[in-house]
Amino acid sequence: MLEHYLSLFIKSIFIENMALAFFLGMCTFVAMSKRVETAIGLGIAVVVVQAITVPVNNLIYHYVLVKGALSWAGLPDLDLTFLGLITYIGVIAAMVQILEMALDKYVPSLYNALGIFLPLITVNCAILGGSLFMVERDYTFPESLVYGVGSGLGFAIAVIALAGIREKMKYSNVPPGLRGLGITFITVGLMAIAFMVFSGIQL
Amino acid sequence: MKFLRNFLDKQEKHFSKGGKFEKLFPLFEAIDTLLYSSGEVTPGPSHIRDALDLKRMMMTVIYALIPAVLMAFYNTGLQANLAIAKLGEAAGHGWQAAAISWLGVGFNPHSILGNMLFGALYFLPVYIVTLAAGGFWEVLFAVVRKHEINEGFFVTSLLFPLILPPTIPLWEVAVGISFGVVIGKEVFGGVGMNILNPALVARAFLFFAYPAEISGDKVWVAVDGLSRATPLAKLAESATPHIVAWKDAFLGIVPGSMGETSTLACLFGAFVLIATGIGSWRIMLSILVGMVGMSLFFNVVGSSTNPMFQVSPMWHLVLGGFAFGAVFMATDPVTAAYTNQGKIIYGLLIGIFVVLVRVVNPAFPEGMMLSILFMNVFAPIIDKIYINKNIKRRLLRDAA
Repeated sequence: MLEHYLSLFIKSIFIENMALAFFLGMCTFVAMSKRVETAIGLGIAVVVVQAITVPVNNLIYHYVLVKGALSWAGLPDLDLTFLGLITYIGVIAAMVQILEMALDKYVPSLYNALGIFLPLITVNCAILGGSLFMVERDYTFPESLVYGVGSGLGFAIAVIALAGIREKMKYSNVPPGLRGLGITFITVGLMAIAFMVFSGIQL
Repeated sequence: MKFLRNFLDKQEKHFSKGGKFEKLFPLFEAIDTLLYSSGEVTPGPSHIRDALDLKRMMMTVIYALIPAVLMAFYNTGLQANLAIAKLGEAAGHGWQAAAISWLGVGFNPHSILGNMLFGALYFLPVYIVTLAAGGFWEVLFAVVRKHEINEGFFVTSLLFPLILPPTIPLWEVAVGISFGVVIGKEVFGGVGMNILNPALVARAFLFFAYPAEISGDKVWVAVDGLSRATPLAKLAESATPHIVAWKDAFLGIVPGSMGETSTLACLFGAFVLIATGIGSWRIMLSILVGMVGMSLFFNVVGSSTNPMFQVSPMWHLVLGGFAFGAVFMATDPVTAAYTNQGKIIYGLLIGIFVVLVRVVNPAFPEGMMLSILFMNVFAPIIDKIYINKNIKRRLLRDAA
């Protein structure tokens, strides 16, 4: 059983890397990778939010949305899965808000470190993508917890690596037309080629 | 030789500012510094003077590669001649075989010279196309962006053919090196500013864009239609691993990419690079340690379904591109980590990933290329960690 979770964990970090295998969350990925310190902040925020929202959405999916989940209330035929998208977004936004307030109250140092990233990743597609993949692949609750942490870590590793490269690239002499986003996208593409090293591993 | 110097000096006015061919100055400069050492010396009060410049560094790498190139000639010819000896002379078609027949050399696998010649007919066209196509982009970027053509390209253009199979179509060579030079290097500003090894980027591009011509069973021997897998691919599919003798794999007379098969030639290269201080021994050693550790780990864990788990480190060392990658690719000073502790981490992880990919990833029989690229991506962040650590340590020391 442990082996199953471990392989899911490895898979969600490397083989199905949110940023470099699915290219999800590109806007934050590219925008927040200029400095390693900010990238680490963003990475931690993504891991925390993923680790909370994916399991919560999993619970909501299984106990509210899926067909027959509300049979205890006398509604056995009710199928609310069409509300999935809007529910997950709402849950993510609410969770981020609550997390922000809680951090502000109890762990102000972490709150200050995360700063703007916390509200920003409400609209990160990697976060929503995590919840949608969880539904599509029919994860159980423990699986969704592992998947949430793993996919968040994968995104964090990718964004920190990109930030390291971009800091090094300050010394590069990039053609004027490609400076900024252009060369960053080329770099992301090259990183994705390197991440292909894991594609094909069966776990 | 004086005549040549005078000739070049006389031509210089056409290429310098205001001259007829002002735009082609980088080309002139490249030819001049290729034939003679650079006339430029550091004018300011610099504290460190050394005869080792970029040009000499790159040329040392090229000298270190010579045994690998000779083995590429010999082994490519040998594998083709062995196949022809087995299948009959009709099997060897293509202009290379026709040229060998015309010259009357014969297809004798025991003749060293015959093998070398036959192999050279396969290697040299690939090399020439690499030089021409890659050189075209180098010159174009140098002219447009007004930087100098750098000797680094000679290393890239020699490494690239060595990691290709002998049957690779020449147009793919041109496409591959164009991608490697332009996207892998020039868009970042040229030599010294790239993040991934250009030769490996070029090969990875071909590997994913045209897998039929660069992987599988039919490409490793320069005879049409002959199916002969590399020993590494065979290891993955059968439980009886050792199809070739260890000594053959060590010497490099097994099918594979042209220059990567011979561990002996790579050891010579490693010796030259380490003795001259150009290649980092930290990287090479830690790759070796990582590989040995990881393969021993797999040996101990064991698996009933995957025969690759039982492959000993001795075999991982000699098969595939391990030695070539560890010596020539991973030590590229531009794309590797540059802090000393960072180099060790970088190398260890390459060694670990190579074995990991070889053993547990059924999609690729060989993992050296992608492992090095993967660690190139992480090299800057590894450096950053160690630099920050040093800063912290020194701050503490000063505070005390």
